[in-house]
Amino acid sequence: MNTITIPDEMELVYSKPETITDTPLHYCPGCTHGVIHRVLMEVVNEMGIAEQTVGVAPVGCSVFAYNYMNIDMQEAAHGRASAVATGIRRVLPEKYVFSYQGDGDLAAIGTAETIHSVNRGENILIVFVNNGIYGMTGGQMAPTTLLGMVTSTTPFGREQSAMGYPIKMTDLVAQLPGAYYVTRQAAYTAATVRKLKKAIEKAFQFQTRKKGTCFIEVVSNCPSGWKMTPIEANDWLEKNMLPMYPLGDLKVPKE
Amino acid sequence: MYQFQYDSTPKLMKGNEALAEAALRAGMQGYFGYPITPQSEVLEYLTEHAPKRKNVVVLQAESEVASINMIYGAAGAGARVMTSSSSPGISLMQEGISYIASAELPCLLVNVQRGGPGLGTIQPSQADYFQATKGGGHGDYHLFVLAPSSVQEMAEHVFLGFHIAEKYRMPSLVLADGALGQMLEKVLLPKDGSLPYAEKSWATTGKTKDRERNIITSLHIDPNKMEMINLQLQDKYRKLKQEIRFEEINTKDADIILVAYGLTARICQKAMDLAKEKGIQVGVVRPITLYPFPYEILSTLAEKASAFLTVEMNAGQMVEDVRLAINGKRPVFFKGRMGGIIPNPEEILLEIETIAEKQQLKNIYA
Ligand SMILES: Cc1ncc(C[n+]2csc(CCOP(=O)(O)OP(=O)(O)O)c2C)c(N)n1
Repeated sequence: MNTITIPDEMELVYSKPETITDTPLHYCPGCTHGVIHRVLMEVVNEMGIAEQTVGVAPVGCSVFAYNYMNIDMQEAAHGRASAVATGIRRVLPEKYVFSYQGDGDLAAIGTAETIHSVNRGENILIVFVNNGIYGMTGGQMAPTTLLGMVTSTTPFGREQSAMGYPIKMTDLVAQLPGAYYVTRQAAYTAATVRKLKKAIEKAFQFQTRKKGTCFIEVVSNCPSGWKMTPIEANDWLEKNMLPMYPLGDLKVPKE
Repeated sequence: MYQFQYDSTPKLMKGNEALAEAALRAGMQGYFGYPITPQSEVLEYLTEHAPKRKNVVVLQAESEVASINMIYGAAGAGARVMTSSSSPGISLMQEGISYIASAELPCLLVNVQRGGPGLGTIQPSQADYFQATKGGGHGDYHLFVLAPSSVQEMAEHVFLGFHIAEKYRMPSLVLADGALGQMLEKVLLPKDGSLPYAEKSWATTGKTKDRERNIITSLHIDPNKMEMINLQLQDKYRKLKQEIRFEEINTKDADIILVAYGLTARICQKAMDLAKEKGIQVGVVRPITLYPFPYEILSTLAEKASAFLTVEMNAGQMVEDVRLAINGKRPVFFKGRMGGIIPNPEEILLEIETIAEKQQLKNIYA
């Protein structure tokens, strides 16, 4: 007969970092926004920089990021998060400043701000959550939507002749001399989450060097927008999103 | 009321440069802007002179959309910040200004107006009065709007604008025009460093252990909360009425009151003198704050004066506020030039004479 021994004292092996609030997440089941919030805040907590960090939330599903991240935060207008982050970092040059943006926010309405913030080499971290769709407004086409992909505004699939191609913003940004560290990560498996955390750690460390912008794309899912179960969405992500948006570093600083 | 402290000797300066120099003296910590005629001298002056000071950020943004959002970020981080532009650029900023008003961020905006609509002309205009005083962007909000009428006031209004912005946690706007920006005049600059910084415990400077996190946002999904925020804003605008400023010239025995702001107010003074030579008693009321608007003085003057003439470089915008103030008690006439044309004193005099005739004022003095 098997017996389970219950330890007298429980050993704490995993807990919520102080940098995360107790507010229940509003994200759909299976969405990776929550995971990305968590690793971002884990890093801030572990590096002990919560008091020196100011974040910028976008307009998009993660508009309420400031409800979950227990640090000083600003909520930017749609597409302007990197301009807002620029304003903060320029007047608080010793602080860690990051923007957290979706693909509609960063690669459509905010393209100019993204390109120019990076081109100026603003010493900020831009976290770019690419789920290939406009989540918040109900699943319309994003500039990153894959060809053939069905969204509420491409009911017959995205067609190149009418709607152009999915934009590879991270590849574009990596071309800019102001970019210091550019990488594409994901957050749909334990292994990808661990790698993402490493990348975020590096990006925060690099900020103190004041050598330019750190840019992390996180290839993400949107089970609700994609009309899939979380498991189907993660499978679809791997099979369809990753070939178009392959994971890995695009620009790493020479030590 | 805010008391200015001045330098002992005057300088000869362009309006735009006096404004930029005043911003540095007022302890501005950040400027974000994009070039546009007729105010590019502000950015040019600042890029040259700010480096002589410590900790003043001057950044040429990629657009007015970017600059107003940089203002949002920097103001939210607690810095004293300013942007300037001219009409088309100010139009482009409106979404950001609405966010700033809602998030209650103090900052100074400057519109050196040019003629529109559209790309228009680079000549002076006052056609952005509605945009400046009635909201401009979406939602129920207002700016504290100052209308300088001299290079002297271009400098003073920077101090006053920052002061009110920080006192009430709201954006201030200096509504000038191309002529005021470009003209050279004698100016007694406000003293360097004479504007104390307000306490900003709400700013996002990094959450310390002893306080809750600070959040700068304009999003309040719950309509009850959003209505409460609106009520608070309206309450602030009511309190702002104690900051109303205006100038009265010869209004005591005037039969006709000219109402004009900025550049046109100066031209109206000349027309007033010309009218006097013709035996018509004319006074001038010059609103200095366009929002809040000096309704009361006009309403009081309507008890004695027999007619009002509003003069503007637009198709008739402030005249609506003048009519609200007079409330039908007296006729309110309007004289406007548009598209970058500055009215001359003679054409205003002509208007005064016509009104005098209509009101049979001529008979009294003939
Ligand atoms: C100026 C403006 N235009 C449009 C919108 C509506 N809007 C809100 S979120 C959004 C798209 C967000 O998509 P994305 O950035 O990809 O983020 P996600 O929601 O997928 O995380 C749009 C178009 C807005 N709020 N403001």
